[in-house]
Amino acid sequence: MSPISRRKLLTGGAVTVAGVAGLAAADRIARRYGLIPPDGGGVYGPGETLTYAAQRVMGKHALAREFPRGMISKSPFMNEVAPHNDEFKRHQAVNFRDWTLTVDGMVAGPLSLSVEDLRALGTRSQITEVVCEEGWSYVAEWIGTPVEAVLREAGTLPQVRYIVYTAMEKDGWDSLDMADALHPQTLLTWGMNDGDLPVGFGGPLRMRVPRQLGYKSVKYVMRLTATDSMKGIGKGLGSAAAEGGYAWYSGI
Amino acid sequence: MVRWTHWLTVIAFIALVITGGELVISHPRFYWGETGNVNMKPLFTIHIPSSRDTVPTGYGYVMPDQNGWSRYLHFEAAWLAVITGVVYGIAGFWTGHFRKDLLPAAGERSWRDYWLAFRGRRARDDAGARSYNVVQRTVYLGVIFVLFPLVIWTGLALSPGFNAVLPFFVDVLGGRQSARTLHFFVSDLLVVFLVVHIVMIALAGFWSRMREMITGGVGADVVVGKERV
Repeated sequence: MSPISRRKLLTGGAVTVAGVAGLAAADRIARRYGLIPPDGGGVYGPGETLTYAAQRVMGKHALAREFPRGMISKSPFMNEVAPHNDEFKRHQAVNFRDWTLTVDGMVAGPLSLSVEDLRALGTRSQITEVVCEEGWSYVAEWIGTPVEAVLREAGTLPQVRYIVYTAMEKDGWDSLDMADALHPQTLLTWGMNDGDLPVGFGGPLRMRVPRQLGYKSVKYVMRLTATDSMKGIGKGLGSAAAEGGYAWYSGI
Repeated sequence: MVRWTHWLTVIAFIALVITGGELVISHPRFYWGETGNVNMKPLFTIHIPSSRDTVPTGYGYVMPDQNGWSRYLHFEAAWLAVITGVVYGIAGFWTGHFRKDLLPAAGERSWRDYWLAFRGRRARDDAGARSYNVVQRTVYLGVIFVLFPLVIWTGLALSPGFNAVLPFFVDVLGGRQSARTLHFFVSDLLVVFLVVHIVMIALAGFWSRMREMITGGVGADVVVGKERV
């Protein structure tokens, strides 16, 4: 056989050592700056961490594309939802007038807000695209209250790193890091295309996160919880979707 | 360097094709422009069953949902392909690999040379047998510098987070659904390349070529200059 030269062996060894040391250093830096997603363990952890870290480094404050009014889809697709539970039907029967959003966890003052209270806190509208992980999409105008305004009202403590949001529907919960939670386009949405938000599209209250895929925009939100860690919440992976095998960070 | 980046790319590419196929099954309809969904007219439809019951396919059943792990693996494999590609690209320029091995040789760039190479009528001297002919060189350059960059570009244009940072990436392609359709076609071209590539290797002597690509040694049959070239 061709003799593997000493030089080749040494070079190979040096590259391996440098690679391992580089990975260890990268891991430490990523941990220090909070660039590892809650589902960043396991075989797909490196890929997820690279994607999440790259996007947080490249553009934490970047805005999702907004579209002119003329591009609002004439026929948006109303994705199927699980059958509504009895509690939801009771709210629906009275036109959601008693719907309340609870804000708790690591906040100076927990809140209980009606949709009217939310409107009073601030309104923003945006024409953005809903992008489903399956591949389809539509553009709509979304009108709501920035999550940032709600968190400011409640006074999140400095150590808060994630905002957990919970839906009335079974297994409907997810979480955002502070970059997305405080992002100006992240809205607790109550209006769509100049009207109320229809139930099929998540009314009375839907989280809209236009920098991430549609499944992050959870419907029928009724609770926000500020926390410094996802450990101990569910399986610690950051969302019901992640527990079902779908990535926590869906900015891709 | 060429060998190990080649095999890392093989691993990444196979993972990308399998998972990409799984993802298509969840919505086997393609559109042009910014938006597209089942309420809109598709550009074309692939007539296969879907893994979602919201897609009208004409089939009476729904395939199992494989999107969770397919997505995780697709993006992890994409990272492997991109990192490997960057290392290969830098090393390829650094070592002169692209210039020496892949740029069509100086006296071999006429249409006639392409035709002769295509017909397999190329001088089979020692030097000729150990290097790529002009058709191979052109195809490899096309795959490395056109198809791979395009498939990465059209793939990145499907990322809502990335599009927020660099919106022109998707806008110049004509919108998100155009990017998805182009991503599908460029991937198809890469699969066609893979099939032809494997057929050519089979014709040239599968096991000796595999041995060479794995060990870097030259197959015995080539060294003695016999029939296999």
